[in-house]
Amino acid sequence: MSAREDIMARIASALHDAPETPVVPREYRRSSNMSAEQRLEQLVDRLQDYKANVFVTPAEEASAKLAELLAGSTSIVVPHGLPQDWLSKLTDDAGMPAIEVDSPERRLTVAELDALDAVVTAAATAVSETGTIMLDGSADQGRRIISLVPDRHIVLLRASDIVEVLPEAIARLEATRPQTWISGPSATSDIELERVEGVHGPRTLDVIILT
Amino acid sequence: MSNTFLGMPSLPVFGRGNLNATEPFPQAAHRELANTQLRANLGHATHTIRYKRLKVVAELPDWEQMRDAGSAIKDATMANLPAMLEQFEANFTARGGIIHWARDAQEANEIVTALIQETGETEVVKVKSMATQEIGLNEYLEDQGIAAYETDLAELIVQLDHDKPSHILVPAIHKNRSQVREIFLREMPAVDPNLTDEPARLAEAARKHLRKKFLSAKVAISGANFGLADTGTLTVVESEGNGRMCLTLPETLITVMGIEKLLPSWSDLEVFMQLLPRSSTGERMNPYTSLWTGVTEGDGPQNVHLVMLDNGRTAALADEYGRTALNCIRCSACMNVCPVYERTGGHAYGSTYPGPIGAILSPLMTGIKSEENNSLPYASSLCGACFDACPVKINIPEILVHLRGEDVDSQRAKVKVPSQMDFMMKGAEWAFSSGAKLNLLEKGLPLGKLAAGRDKVIKKLPGIAGGWTQSRDIPAPPSQSFRQWWAKEHKPSTAVVPGNAVPGHAGPGNTAGHGTENSEGEQA
Repeated sequence: MSAREDIMARIASALHDAPETPVVPREYRRSSNMSAEQRLEQLVDRLQDYKANVFVTPAEEASAKLAELLAGSTSIVVPHGLPQDWLSKLTDDAGMPAIEVDSPERRLTVAELDALDAVVTAAATAVSETGTIMLDGSADQGRRIISLVPDRHIVLLRASDIVEVLPEAIARLEATRPQTWISGPSATSDIELERVEGVHGPRTLDVIILT
Repeated sequence: MSNTFLGMPSLPVFGRGNLNATEPFPQAAHRELANTQLRANLGHATHTIRYKRLKVVAELPDWEQMRDAGSAIKDATMANLPAMLEQFEANFTARGGIIHWARDAQEANEIVTALIQETGETEVVKVKSMATQEIGLNEYLEDQGIAAYETDLAELIVQLDHDKPSHILVPAIHKNRSQVREIFLREMPAVDPNLTDEPARLAEAARKHLRKKFLSAKVAISGANFGLADTGTLTVVESEGNGRMCLTLPETLITVMGIEKLLPSWSDLEVFMQLLPRSSTGERMNPYTSLWTGVTEGDGPQNVHLVMLDNGRTAALADEYGRTALNCIRCSACMNVCPVYERTGGHAYGSTYPGPIGAILSPLMTGIKSEENNSLPYASSLCGACFDACPVKINIPEILVHLRGEDVDSQRAKVKVPSQMDFMMKGAEWAFSSGAKLNLLEKGLPLGKLAAGRDKVIKKLPGIAGGWTQSRDIPAPPSQSFRQWWAKEHKPSTAVVPGNAVPGHAGPGNTAGHGTENSEGEQA
């Protein structure tokens, strides 16, 4: 008998009393009671609590804000599907970083990514109650590796993509896409259970929320 | 094969590996309690996390509704485990993942070793995983000439110190910052000799130490927090980014997951990803959660394996009073609130799974007769704090009592001669079988009073009851029982008409108690 068959037989035997399947009570909150302004305010509060840097900016000023944050950086990576107009103020200006584009045609290596100052991505959705930003590998967010190796991650999030509670985000996401849920910069509570920021993931998380 | 079970249930097959207490808990606890530094470290850490957890749990108006849902989802998973496993397998495999099945620790270790050897690598990076601790994977790999590097900060501390984990979430909870600094200075190559004991500096040292390993690793090993049956998705919940590094950078990813870790559907994650972070680290959400489904072309490992582990889980499932222990999501809230764990620490339990959940899970997985695991169900005052804290409402005290019963039965089966306890229980059975018999026994109460003497305490009880008086005195029994007193005071002719007396004041029941010899009864 294969291990699989063996284990399946053990399970069947273990369940010989045929325990009943309970109906799952879903009385918890599955949708938002908050206005868009309240969700935005809550997300900002939560992210700041995690020591992320948060900027609320009108959508048309996205590029200017990005240029301001990246002044002094030498090189960044962006996924190939990042909206071009977000980068319009970055190109060819003196003092602006060189932009590497990660695409299916040209995938940056780990070593290349490690040499860069920052990564700029969009986001799929965000949960205000928990301060969580979800990336799902779409073309404007890129492969998981690009938002991981550089030490600084700048996320541009559309305010219209903010939901209040986790079930709303789950409903918007597709399970089978490779996902990373991010709630602040990398952190640890492993020494005396006190949280400190900055371990292996990006040590700086900047979030630009576009209104 | 069919999942319909038609025959007689077969005997459960128990788990092996690091699941055993190797000495009786009281003995291990005595030793650990003598370590005052350990007690100070644990007291500080468990209290910190307790308050954090209470604060973030209190924020949610629907926490109890979430616990109800979580508990029911897990019960439903276990009731339909064969179908869940088949569905998960089909979905994970359809997306390019490869599933292996392991009956026990040995088989899982062999599978993982063979998979690593196929890649030709002799070094692997690891994400913290309870399943691989349970099967003793690191030690097994070392014997096969493969070095496994733990990348979670607390696991790294334990590994560098050649120590054992003492907590399922924070394996180095028994070390304070200055001890961590000493370990790093002693064991970490090329560490800054001016390293301070600030947690932020210690975290930075770990980053530097592991960075090159992450960027060059070809094989990673992980556990999984959840497997979603309807999509074949796996989940790893973490804080530091070491998990993301291991799950994203290497070419080969080998995940070891217990068969009980499934959830029926993707949408069930909305419950568990609220329950878990708040219960474990007391955060609204953990910094990073990774989800992957088989292989994604161009993104992450292209060689993705999953080892589905039994190792005694089916034995736990076969215990109809104990099976809800498998609902555990390894949050560690129960150990953080446990008055026993807080004082003894995790090493006293011997098993990979310490604390209240470990005290039930370990004997359920190995059988109550394995090594010293029969001592674990007694490692509790049955105060119930663990049940209150458990996000999936596992009734740990009830299962502890059930397992104590299992232990008593197995002891009785071993020795044919009735023990003192048997005689006492037989005596109790007789005494409590009728009021008349109890009345007869109660006539002996003045004898106890006599035995207590002038200082009105009994310092030593005879026989096995002596265990009770080892560390405390027993107050003198009253000279009459409550039943005797009641019968005397409530003769039909003197019955009190309700409403005549002000409760708690001049009622006859009250005055009668005062100024009479029965006042000693208040001590009892």
